[in-house]
Amino acid sequence: MMPLLDIKNLELSFNSYKGLTQVLHGIDLNIKKGERVALVGESGSGKSVTARLVLGLLQEARNAKASGEVLFDGSDVNQMKNKDRAGLRGTDISMIFQDPTSSLNPSFTIETQFHDVLKRRTPDLTKEMSFERACALLDDVAIPDPKRVLKSYNFQMSGGMNQRIMIAMALANKPKLLLADEPGTALDVTVQSQTLQLMRDLVSENDTAVLLISHNLGVVREFADRLYVIYRGRIVEEGPTALIFNNPQHAYTKALLSAIPRITGGGLPQIAEQTDDYLAPKITHGAI
Amino acid sequence: MSFFEIQNLSKTFKTKHGDVNAVQDVSFSVEQGECLAVVGESGSGKSTIANMILGILAPTSGAISMKGSKLPQKRSKEHRRAIQFVQQNPLSALNPKRTIGASVRLGLDTYHMGEPQERWSQVEKALSDVGLDAELRSRSPSGLSGGQRQRVSIARALACEPELLVLDEPTSALDVLVQARVLQLLNALRIEKNLTYIFITHDLAVVRNVADRVAVFKAGQLVELDTTENIFTNPGTQYTRELINAVPVIDEDEIMLKNKLVANL
Amino acid sequence: MIRAFHILKSNPLSLVGMILVLTITLCAVFAPLIAPFPDHNGAVVEFLNANKAPSAQNWMGTDLVGRDIFSRIIYAYQISLVLGVVVLAISTPIGTVVGLIAGYKGGWIETVLMRITDVFLSVPPLVLAIAMMGVLEPTLTNAMLAVTAMWWPWYARLVYNIARSEREEGYVLAAEVIGASSNHITFREILPNCLPAIITKMTLDMGFVIIIASSLSFLGLGVQPPTPDLGSMVAEGARYLPDSWWLSVFPGLAILLAVFGFNLLGDGLREILGVEE
Repeated sequence: MMPLLDIKNLELSFNSYKGLTQVLHGIDLNIKKGERVALVGESGSGKSVTARLVLGLLQEARNAKASGEVLFDGSDVNQMKNKDRAGLRGTDISMIFQDPTSSLNPSFTIETQFHDVLKRRTPDLTKEMSFERACALLDDVAIPDPKRVLKSYNFQMSGGMNQRIMIAMALANKPKLLLADEPGTALDVTVQSQTLQLMRDLVSENDTAVLLISHNLGVVREFADRLYVIYRGRIVEEGPTALIFNNPQHAYTKALLSAIPRITGGGLPQIAEQTDDYLAPKITHGAI
Repeated sequence: MSFFEIQNLSKTFKTKHGDVNAVQDVSFSVEQGECLAVVGESGSGKSTIANMILGILAPTSGAISMKGSKLPQKRSKEHRRAIQFVQQNPLSALNPKRTIGASVRLGLDTYHMGEPQERWSQVEKALSDVGLDAELRSRSPSGLSGGQRQRVSIARALACEPELLVLDEPTSALDVLVQARVLQLLNALRIEKNLTYIFITHDLAVVRNVADRVAVFKAGQLVELDTTENIFTNPGTQYTRELINAVPVIDEDEIMLKNKLVANL
Repeated sequence: MIRAFHILKSNPLSLVGMILVLTITLCAVFAPLIAPFPDHNGAVVEFLNANKAPSAQNWMGTDLVGRDIFSRIIYAYQISLVLGVVVLAISTPIGTVVGLIAGYKGGWIETVLMRITDVFLSVPPLVLAIAMMGVLEPTLTNAMLAVTAMWWPWYARLVYNIARSEREEGYVLAAEVIGASSNHITFREILPNCLPAIITKMTLDMGFVIIIASSLSFLGLGVQPPTPDLGSMVAEGARYLPDSWWLSVFPGLAILLAVFGFNLLGDGLREILGVEE
């Protein structure tokens, strides 16, 4: 089966007065329909810019140079016209971000924002129709009293509530691919845990593919079927989640896994923040 | 007599929506050399407690004592020096318009520690104690990574030679590998300099590996206080169980631990 | 520094600004050497040569009593720059201190200081200056006084806004916990973070001070003859438009160039210093 998202040899460089800085060194990544894939790395690894390239955001930037292919449903996002790229966002590809409250506009009610989102798929939708649809969507994310919530503003609600609203908006137009950038990081653990559970249920209902971007291996373990480990713009290890967690091969992946404190204790390990071992060639696990 | 003690500490904020009881009748003590973790979600009051301990927020009622003597609201220089602080956000903790050395030196100058001409070498020692190059002192913070900045914050706090260090989520904003290194550093420094830590965090996995005892807070109240071992093997309250259960874990062993706790929920 | 050069390169207009400002400053500083008729800045009359159109001898023509306009403009630049520098040298520190204290201390100090500032800001700037000049003798010194009085509140407001937001930053909290004095926090921690905005504003302000001063002298309230001043020169020549156009047009253009130059330079500085709005 052809993958929904197929990234081949993606490279990205930024131009500044200091010169050309290469940020991505040939990324290969694919996601099939309905699959949940995680891209794991620390800050500066390139995981966030990869997401932005999939969304078609960075290709237009003046000082960014991207090469390689980002095939979404067969078409290369890198080669598309700006208009077509913009057309994908909010319809076939949507994204949720780290901080739910600041992702929502404080000047408009939730109702208005839902209307804007739903109109992208159905331009002639009336306010009444989108209100009804939004109520149903908020029901799906287990928000009590959706009518009141729709009339409210983001600053009147808790982080957890806003996170659910954001998920509902992201899934409103039944996207084929959902990008999630560190979801729940800004929330309390208990709320984050509930949110992830919710996301899992919703995406499997609709067969939505997910690209989860995270540095939190615990979250990745609970959520993703497959994962790619990215270090300084290169994929260093990829494979099914269970295989990698049970038997990490690459030096960087091993370091990441042993650096995380366990609730069972065991103390803090000695970790090298940076060594040449981390630049060893990519390791691919098992049958995909 | 405990090294550091909080007795019946309360703080009520008056807002236009009425009174907010951020901290309600909290009491606990800390022994010298130990690391007490303060755990709770948002709204638990842990930051408010930290601010009161640091003397930048006046309690509504209750007392804070160190080595037997009560700390007045208007702290003396000696009292101030004895309690120092490391904050969460490395990006905002250092003044972008001052050199690293100037930032680290602030405490030395404020407390008139040593002769002025000796203070630069004290700054350099503080930097090397946290694993940084002494020559960093003439640089601005802008080129530094999050981990390096956090080390500078630690150096700034320790340059004052405090006895008690309040750490508010010191590694939450750091990458995985960096966090491991900084936690190692903090542990080593505590032992080396015989420091006492009040370690505020939401990350229970970190707590398990750094703390001697754990204080769990919810909505301004102290819900449970016990040794780390006990909290994780046999938590006394439902809330603590829920907190532990919510941690996203990695190992099979951790899952087993969670299952054991959930069975008793 | 390299970054500064790169910004100037990608923003050629600010380079233009810098050149204009440099030229004007050189004129002002070396006036006696550059002006073709250096004594024409004083009480000189040459009625035979009065009111002549621009020629090879007088590049910008002569005024009603025969003085070379080009020379007078160069000397007028001197006056304008001196006025600008003095006004800013006095009003900037006053405004900055007010803004810093109000922004950091908060409470009733903030209220009192900012309300006083608001009162000054609520009067249209030129009106305040005119009112003051109405009471004082029209001299250069008094003109500077009047403009200074209406200028400092703008700095107070600018610095107040920055101080208020910087006060929430982690480094201020760190300094407070360490027990640094309020003086230290205000002047050694917060002030350096206000400097880029202050410097940018000062550069932009030079142009505006020149306009205000020219407006005052246009109304006869500033510098008095025979001292050359751009505003007075425009006023004198206004009656003779459009016939003896050179009397007003050249001084007017001189004002334009000065304001333009400082504005462009200020914009460039804003980018280089990374000032956020």
